[in-house]
Amino acid sequence: MRDVSIIGIGQTPAGEHWDRSLRHLAYDALAAAMRDAGVERADALYVGNMLSGEISGQAHLGALVADFAGLRGAEAVKVEAACASAAAAFRQAYIGVASGLQDIAIAVGVEKMTDDVGSKLTAGLASAADADYEVIHGISFVALNALIMQRYMHEYHVQREDFANFAINAHANGVGNPNARFREAISREAFLKSNMVATPIGLLDASPMADGAAAVVLCPTEQAREFTENAVRVAGSALAIDSLSVHDRRDPLWLQAAETSAQKAYRQAGVGPQDIDFFELHDAFTIMAALSLEASGFAGRGKGTWLARDGEITPQGKIPIATRGGLKARGHPVGATGLYQIVEAAQQLRGEAGDNQLANARLGMTQNIGGSGATIVTHIFERVH
Amino acid sequence: MSVEIARHWRLNPQRYQLVGEECPHCGHKMFPPRDVCPECADNSHQPEFKFSGRGEVFSYSTVYNPPEGYEDNAPYTVALVKLEEGPLITAQLTDVRNDDVQIGMPVEMTTRKITTQGDEGLVIYGYKFRPQLAA
Repeated sequence: MRDVSIIGIGQTPAGEHWDRSLRHLAYDALAAAMRDAGVERADALYVGNMLSGEISGQAHLGALVADFAGLRGAEAVKVEAACASAAAAFRQAYIGVASGLQDIAIAVGVEKMTDDVGSKLTAGLASAADADYEVIHGISFVALNALIMQRYMHEYHVQREDFANFAINAHANGVGNPNARFREAISREAFLKSNMVATPIGLLDASPMADGAAAVVLCPTEQAREFTENAVRVAGSALAIDSLSVHDRRDPLWLQAAETSAQKAYRQAGVGPQDIDFFELHDAFTIMAALSLEASGFAGRGKGTWLARDGEITPQGKIPIATRGGLKARGHPVGATGLYQIVEAAQQLRGEAGDNQLANARLGMTQNIGGSGATIVTHIFERVH
Repeated sequence: MSVEIARHWRLNPQRYQLVGEECPHCGHKMFPPRDVCPECADNSHQPEFKFSGRGEVFSYSTVYNPPEGYEDNAPYTVALVKLEEGPLITAQLTDVRNDDVQIGMPVEMTTRKITTQGDEGLVIYGYKFRPQLAA
């Protein structure tokens, strides 16, 4: 297997892009990544996306985006794994280059959500869960996470207020990210007063939807220097699954797929959680941030909120998370989110994170979660320059 | 409006009677039924197992932003119910005020209207759970 590096990154702001369609958003990010890498062609293109069929009436994104981007010579396919689609697409690109079958592979995540802002979008997002045994009962995607959070609070004697620090940290960091959807800090009072969406999840526990696209270009590490002095090495890559539905989990309060994929990624990289300098985790809801920290080895079981309480998740803490705003403030264009995380990790490691730049970041981790924890993709990236 | 008769008809045994399966190899009781036991990977024919419908609330959430087709009853409470035979099941609660729901509350299955697919579409019935009536 060949060692693989990221040689180019690109993204659009996450937000409401009324004047840009799916294909334009994808192209904007993809073209920026190709310019950044200095490449004009690719052997393969992997398009991460969840909702194009439901919202845009458009399937078959591999051909659509490759053709629109002038990449007719590349093989291209859409990769779907609900909210983990983009990291799953990245992993396919990684596998393509690592295997030796492809020298230049591009992964782009794209989502167009604002063309339907009503119940069709709610229903589309719920399709990440079990249609026959969860969704039919009027369970929204928020409600599934709420069921987990309610039980978590009961078993571990945690209050809703204890989750506030995740949202406050994300919004504080989002202020410094020009591509974030929300660039305003929020207060503890605002968090506590926010309207309930599905108890105990309030509006400020939840990440906002957004349009957006993010992309990276990959090549073998031994060729990376021909393109850039600023390559970021893929040190670990893993995807794991758990049951689709929450009710089929052995332990609904444990993200088994996060533990499995993180352990595999640590092993491949030859590191442990103590070596990770920052962690772009999947804070679609505050409960997911806590569960992700626990299953990935940063906090004990039931103690994810303790790290937040003690300030360890801030840029000055032991394990900074959501350093550019996370899903909570940057926004969550579902099928693009995993690549936003990877682009942001690459920015930190390249020293291009602007107001959010961490000092001496060498190893960064990303974790993208599909559904309520059914598909989880973990990556570890290393600064090489 | 599409009418999805077969998709819902084939689930009637589960929706009306909580028909699951019991693994002949390890005895694991499953709801919904599966072709492969998640505990021991046995894939031989699994005999039906009808759940009693009794259990307790494992977790719950009151939904204020319902998906399309569920607006009429909002806000309503959904739950993970731990059936007395073991498995968790996802369902709505009924015959109880949203504020009165608690983890550990004993509940039992009842058959109710789940949703209606528009004015001319299917009316879908199935299980909900209500507080257990005194024996």
